[in-house]
Amino acid sequence: MYSLLRTIWLIFLHLFHRRVTVEYPERKAYLAPRWRGRIILSRDPDGEERCVACYLCAVACPVDCIFLQKGELVGGRWYPQQFRINFSRCIFCGYCEEACPTYAIQLTPDFEMSEYDRHNLVYEKEDLLISGVGKYPGYSFYRVAGLAIPGKDKGQAENEEPPFDPKRLLP
Amino acid sequence: MMGLAKVFGILLVLVILAALLTWVERRLLGLWQDRYGPNRVGPAGLLQVVADMIKILFKEDWVPPFSDRLGFILAPAIVMASLLVAFAAIPITPDIDIWPMNGIGLLFILAMISLSVYSTVLGGWASNNKYSLVGALRAVAQMLSYEVFLGLSLLGVVLQAQSFDLRQIVAAQAGLWFVVPQFLGFVVFMTAGIAAIHRLPFDLPEAESELTAGFHTEYSSMKFGIFFIGEYVGIVLVSAMLATLFFGGWLGPVLPPLLWFLTKTGAFIAFFILLRAALPRPRYDQLMAFGWKLLLPLALLNLMVTAAILLAT
Repeated sequence: MYSLLRTIWLIFLHLFHRRVTVEYPERKAYLAPRWRGRIILSRDPDGEERCVACYLCAVACPVDCIFLQKGELVGGRWYPQQFRINFSRCIFCGYCEEACPTYAIQLTPDFEMSEYDRHNLVYEKEDLLISGVGKYPGYSFYRVAGLAIPGKDKGQAENEEPPFDPKRLLP
Repeated sequence: MMGLAKVFGILLVLVILAALLTWVERRLLGLWQDRYGPNRVGPAGLLQVVADMIKILFKEDWVPPFSDRLGFILAPAIVMASLLVAFAAIPITPDIDIWPMNGIGLLFILAMISLSVYSTVLGGWASNNKYSLVGALRAVAQMLSYEVFLGLSLLGVVLQAQSFDLRQIVAAQAGLWFVVPQFLGFVVFMTAGIAAIHRLPFDLPEAESELTAGFHTEYSSMKFGIFFIGEYVGIVLVSAMLATLFFGGWLGPVLPPLLWFLTKTGAFIAFFILLRAALPRPRYDQLMAFGWKLLLPLALLNLMVTAAILLAT
C-alpha cells in the first residue's frame, strides 16, 4: 500500500521535471560526423568521379539496394555508367562505405529524405554524385594506386617504388 | 423552457468536456512522463480533438458479419446513455441541476452506473470474439464485486446526511466536508468508482497488453468513439460524485459555486489521470482478492462504526 502511494507521489513530482523530448522540426538533434545517413558518391580533388565500378559495394550490401553498371573510359579507367540506390530498401548499415576501395561511396549525416511515393526513394547517379570530396579531402585513388593510366605510368604513384625489373640480377 | 436549456446545456458541456478530456489526458500523461503529448494541431494541440474526431468519423463503420448485430450496435449507446442520464441527478450548483429525483438521486446514479456494465457485457458478447468475451467476463465479475461496496461505502455519507438527496448531502457538508469523518468511505468509493468505470489501474476488461482491446476489440469508427467518450463521461461522473459526496460539492468560500464544483471535479479527473500514469494493472485474482477481502470489510466496518457513532450521539 505504501509503495503504491509512494509511486503516485513520485510520478506526481515529474510535473516539475524537465521534458526529455527534442521538438524535432524546430530543434534538430546533433548528428555525429560519422552518422550513417543518406549515401553519396564523392569526387576526387581533381573533380573526377572516385567510383571505379568495382561492384564491391553492391556485393557487400546486405539488402541488395545498390545497382551499378560498369563503363570504361578510353584510358582504361572504369566508371559507373549507372549507379542506383534504392533508399526504400537501404538499411544504412554502412557496409558499402566499408567495402569501397576508393572512398567513393560515403554515408552522410542527413536522414531527412522522406517521400510520399516509394519511387522517389530510388536515387540515380545524378542524385548521388556530389561535386566535393566528402570525408576524405585530398584523397585520389589513381594517384596512390599502381594502375597505369594516361599521364601516370607504373611506379609513378605516390609512395610507389619503381616497378621491379625481373631481368636485373642485382638484389 | 428553462429546464430544456439546462438539459441541453449540461449535455453539450458534458460531451464537449468528455471529448476535450482525451486531449487533457494525453497532455497530462505527457507531463508526468517527461514528454509533451499532442502539441502540434492548434494552440497547445487543442485542435487535436477535432482532428481525432474527423479521423474517427471518416473511418469505416464496420459491423463484423459474425457478430450479433443488434447487441453490437446497442452496446455503445448504452454506456453513453446511462452515464449521461446519471448526470441529471447531480446538483452542480444550487441553481443548476436537471431533476432532483424526489430525493433519491444517489440511488438513481448508482443504478445508472450499474446499467452501464451492460454495454461492456453486450459489446463483448455480441462481438463474437475470444478477446471480447474474456473482456466482457472480466467486466461482469469486476462490476459484480465492486458494485457491492460502491453502494456500501456511500451509506456512511447517507447516514450522516440523513438523506439520499444529493442537495441535502451537499447542504449537510456546510460545516465539515464528509471526506474527514468518512475517510474510509471516500477511499473505498474512489477505488470502487475507478473499477466501475474500468479506468486504468482497474482496466482489466480492456487490458490492451493481454486482450488487444478487450470488449471493444471489434469496434471501429464512431462506435469505438462512443465507447471512448463514454469512458470519459464515466470519469467526469465519478469525479463529480466524489466532489459532491465527499468534498462539499459547490460549497466553498469566495469563488462562485459553479467554479468550486468545476475545480473539485477537475482535480479528481486529474488525479485519475495521475493514477493511470503511476499504477500498473493488477492481476485478475489480485483484483478480486483486493475487492472482496480488503475493500468490502473496510466498507462494512466504515458503515457499522458510522452507524454506531450516530446511534450513540
